[in-house]
Amino acid sequence: MKELSEVIFVEELKYTEDHEWVTGSGATLKVGISDYAQDQLGDIVFVELPEVGTVFAKGDQFGNLESVKAVSELYLPVGGEIVAVNDALGDAPELINQDPYGNWIVEIKPSDTSELEQLLTVDAYRQLLRG
Amino acid sequence: MSTTNVPGVNGIVQNEPLLWEKGKKGRRGMCVPASDVPEVAFPAELQGKGIDFPDLSEVDVVRHYTRLSQWNYGVDTGMYPLGSCTMKYNPKINEKVATTPALAAAHPMLADALMQGNLQIMCELQEYLATITGLPGVSVQPAAGAHGELVGMLIFAAYHKSRNSKRTKILIPDTAHGTNPASAALCGYKPVPIKSGHNGILTVESIAAVMDEETAGIMITNPNTLGLFETNIREIAEIVHAKGGLVYGDGANLNAVMGIINARKCGIDVMHLNLHKTFSTPHGGGGPGAGPVCVTEELTQYLPAPRAEKVGDKYQLDYGGPESVGRVHAFHGNFAVLLRAYSYIRTMGADNLKKASQLAVLNAAYIKEKLKGTLPLAYNRPCMHECVFSDALLQEDKISTLDVAKRLIDCGYHPPTIYFPLVVHGAIMIEPTETECKDDIDQFIEVMKMIVREAKENPELLRQAPQRAKVRRLDETMAARHPCLCG
Repeated sequence: MKELSEVIFVEELKYTEDHEWVTGSGATLKVGISDYAQDQLGDIVFVELPEVGTVFAKGDQFGNLESVKAVSELYLPVGGEIVAVNDALGDAPELINQDPYGNWIVEIKPSDTSELEQLLTVDAYRQLLRG
Repeated sequence: MSTTNVPGVNGIVQNEPLLWEKGKKGRRGMCVPASDVPEVAFPAELQGKGIDFPDLSEVDVVRHYTRLSQWNYGVDTGMYPLGSCTMKYNPKINEKVATTPALAAAHPMLADALMQGNLQIMCELQEYLATITGLPGVSVQPAAGAHGELVGMLIFAAYHKSRNSKRTKILIPDTAHGTNPASAALCGYKPVPIKSGHNGILTVESIAAVMDEETAGIMITNPNTLGLFETNIREIAEIVHAKGGLVYGDGANLNAVMGIINARKCGIDVMHLNLHKTFSTPHGGGGPGAGPVCVTEELTQYLPAPRAEKVGDKYQLDYGGPESVGRVHAFHGNFAVLLRAYSYIRTMGADNLKKASQLAVLNAAYIKEKLKGTLPLAYNRPCMHECVFSDALLQEDKISTLDVAKRLIDCGYHPPTIYFPLVVHGAIMIEPTETECKDDIDQFIEVMKMIVREAKENPELLRQAPQRAKVRRLDETMAARHPCLCG
């Protein structure tokens, strides 16, 4: 497992305490998991994605990631409707391990963009991991 | 290098092909005399290519299965400290009883009058389990722990339905057995996860905060999967009962409290026991097991039917009333497991069942105390039948819990349960059970200490482990991502 100094952070993303990241500010947002999260989970072997069109509230569980160690829930950082899912993860869940920031999981149309302001900045997220 | 005496050494482990790859045309296990009956052609509709059985000699077959058996590791081979699984030694007398033809060969459709002995055993086993739990109604039908949980949830549902009470949720602590939320969900309930408190057990407040009249009840594993006794269970049960809910006790960890805890007095309404764990059936290979369900008098009417009962001096099957949740297993459940449990209870006796639990707890506590300076304890408080360590120290050397588990294989042990419960990072969960003697436990402790030393001095030994097993480390990721589901 990585030391904190080895964990990759991306400056312009917003993060959650559940180790998801969010990008975009306009009509749609993309959501994935952080490098720290994929490293902690270990090899991801299955991604359970929601149906396009489903509407979730902020913090709702929208899917699961199964690694060789355990199954972990995915929580939506901002409430909204699922407008797209990354189908490539179905055949190649390892993409998340290989490039957690390059491989988004779902794309959502946010119900309330002001929820974005409650997310963590990269510095706040880094601070959270330092504990 | 270390001088720790490890039980595992390189032995003669033979490779072995499939029987189909092994046979050779013309080999046979026996010679039969030439037939003196005239040959007659098979009817055309029965003719065909036939099955491709390999030709094998008797010694081919005997060696084949003997070699396969030598790849196996079981509780008859050595210590098997798989936490929450109670891999204790099963006395052979219970096997002997279970295979007694007079009991085992009875046809399950015999009339009651012709199988009085078997019915008596079922009836008395129900009574013994009722005495052990304090819950008077018992069904021995369920085939396993999770099956018992499902039956328990069906009983919850039947009870609430009878009171016209519509309830949709079940409270499930994060230290419950992993199957609990699945059993509740299968029954249509929404599992509500409850976080355990800072000391690893449930707090009264956390239950009071969420228990309401839409909640059917709670499923509590006690002792929980951290090996800790839920000391607040009575207060928690009172809160659940006050809101009209029921309390389910997952008895998978009964081996810690046999003859010591009365589930009824703890406020438990429904409880399953894992006979294969606690009452002497070899398990771990996928069954068969038995998960009898014990309930309060009030809930007895909902139990699966039929159940054995004694009327006068005769035994018979009682097919229950319309309130019963119905049959959940063909015939009499997994009867051979019931026989082993009956034999185990009778040969042990009440005092020794209690002593077995005391020794199971003592052994776990001994390991906890001896290893707590070597590995960090998840919760440093008195444990019951198992103790849980975290990987916090190992991480410093970039050694994972998995590496330790694999290294234990090289040292001749079945690894403990790892990465469970999920509330402990890199959990190593050790359950020695009462059937390991102090010498064997001391040896295990020394080996664990040696492995933790190796993690610092020679970490590659751990990362490359197992090196002495029949197969090396398997590619679990590849197996999960691209499972090969046919031969």
